[in-house]
Amino acid sequence: MDNNTLLEIRNMRKSFGEKEVLKDISLTVERGEVVSIIGPSGSGKSTALRCATLLERMDGGSLIYEGHVAASDESGTITYADKQQLKKIRNYFGLVFQSFNLFPHYSVLKNITEPVVLSGRADKAEAAKWAVSLLRRLGLEDKADAYPGSLSGGQKQRVSIARALAMQPDVLFFDEPTSALDPELTGEVLRVIKTLATDHMTMVIVTHEMKFAREVSDRIIFMEHGVIHSQGTPEELFNSNDERLNAFIGKLESV
Amino acid sequence: MKISVMLEQLSSGMLVSVEIFLLTLLFSLPLGLLVTFGRRSKNRILSSAVKFYIAIMRGTPLMLQLIVVYFAPFYVFGLTINGFRFPAIIIAFSINYAAYFAEIYRGGIEAIPKGQYEAAQVLGYNRVQTFFRIIFPQVIRIILPSVTNETITLVKDTSLAFVLAQAEMFTIAKQIAAKEASVGPLMVAGVFYFVFNYVVAFIMERIEKKLNYY
Ligand SMILES: Nc1ncnc2c1ncn2[C@@H]1O[C@H](COP(=O)(O)OP(=O)(O)OP(=O)(O)O)[C@@H](O)[C@H]1O
Ligand SMILES: [Mg+2]
Repeated sequence: MDNNTLLEIRNMRKSFGEKEVLKDISLTVERGEVVSIIGPSGSGKSTALRCATLLERMDGGSLIYEGHVAASDESGTITYADKQQLKKIRNYFGLVFQSFNLFPHYSVLKNITEPVVLSGRADKAEAAKWAVSLLRRLGLEDKADAYPGSLSGGQKQRVSIARALAMQPDVLFFDEPTSALDPELTGEVLRVIKTLATDHMTMVIVTHEMKFAREVSDRIIFMEHGVIHSQGTPEELFNSNDERLNAFIGKLESV
Repeated sequence: MKISVMLEQLSSGMLVSVEIFLLTLLFSLPLGLLVTFGRRSKNRILSSAVKFYIAIMRGTPLMLQLIVVYFAPFYVFGLTINGFRFPAIIIAFSINYAAYFAEIYRGGIEAIPKGQYEAAQVLGYNRVQTFFRIIFPQVIRIILPSVTNETITLVKDTSLAFVLAQAEMFTIAKQIAAKEASVGPLMVAGVFYFVFNYVVAFIMERIEKKLNYY
């Protein structure tokens, strides 16, 4: 592990009851890297992301953010860090959900500022300043006082990206950020993510948008049946001879 | 009996009815939330005990509960019960309505999508912050129509305090009606409950409108 490694996942395993969803996932993410995760439905992409963001407890493996151990099974059984340490580790990442999960009873502005203020990153006035400049950057400057219910899907997703960015995460996870959107609205969200990539934001993106993954990623990971089947640069993967990979990519591109 | 005397007597009853109503809401709304927490607790013993309590409260007549609460100190502890009438009524009403409110809260809480908890967790909200800032405000809006229903029932239920001979609206109206051999006082009582409920419904509607900002 070199000292640019932001996230290290070693031998991550996760089952739901009898069903083994993640078998042995190992993955490192470097600072500034954009990693896309592709793979068929049910291959465990969301589960991997949910384990990495502490929404789901893994059954085995290690999870380390910049040397800070969130979970480890070095001792034989998996142990998670204490509450205090996990709280610190949560500062490392943000997560953008497929279904946005904005707080409907808060204005756009409050959705963004409240987490910032509660976490002690800034006071109310300063948080509002950040929020306004983020909204401007994402083309939403006139929506600060709107409620999520009045926004289009694309606008909602951009607000949820702004909300995540306001927490100044070291790495931002996306779980199919455009899958809940009408096709004509995916563009505006993908454009925002591309801008972030240009600014060297570290990102891990689960997506079915092959063209986008190809353009934006430094590395693409192809998951199948709970394992990483193959990974590499977009060029390597899209020119690969691997049958399963080609079948998957071909299927998506032909849609 | 002159109308003015009758109204004067009835008005003291009205006051008692309104007191029972307000005190019951004051205690049962927060108590109901605690009961919901108990019902939803991961501790099996606690949640079963609370479930049993809710079943009893909803499965037996409030009138019976009033009698039990009033006489319990005497039969269980041998205590005399002077001056316990009004507190007994408030206790019985509060624990009864808390059970109903608890189930309403529970329905509301379960209607909030899991994603709200997850977003809050990832954004660093702790459990208390998540509940009181993110979940509960949304629950209130969802459950308000059901709470309005319960509240209107409560207005009418206050008349059940007559079983303990509490001098509330209905008790007094009945006494005067018997003494004067006239249904007039009962009619006045009916009008009173109707107007009371009209006001309650009006206030609840205002609150609902206010919460409809999103
Ligand atoms: N909470 C859960 N309980 C039980 N099974 C689950 C749970 N979450 C996911 N699964 C199962 O785990 C498997 C992997 O799910 P996951 O959501 O990680 O797949 P995915 O790769 O994200 O698929 P998609 O592309 O459809 O989003 C699926 O078979 C799913 O049914
Ligand atoms: Mg998924």
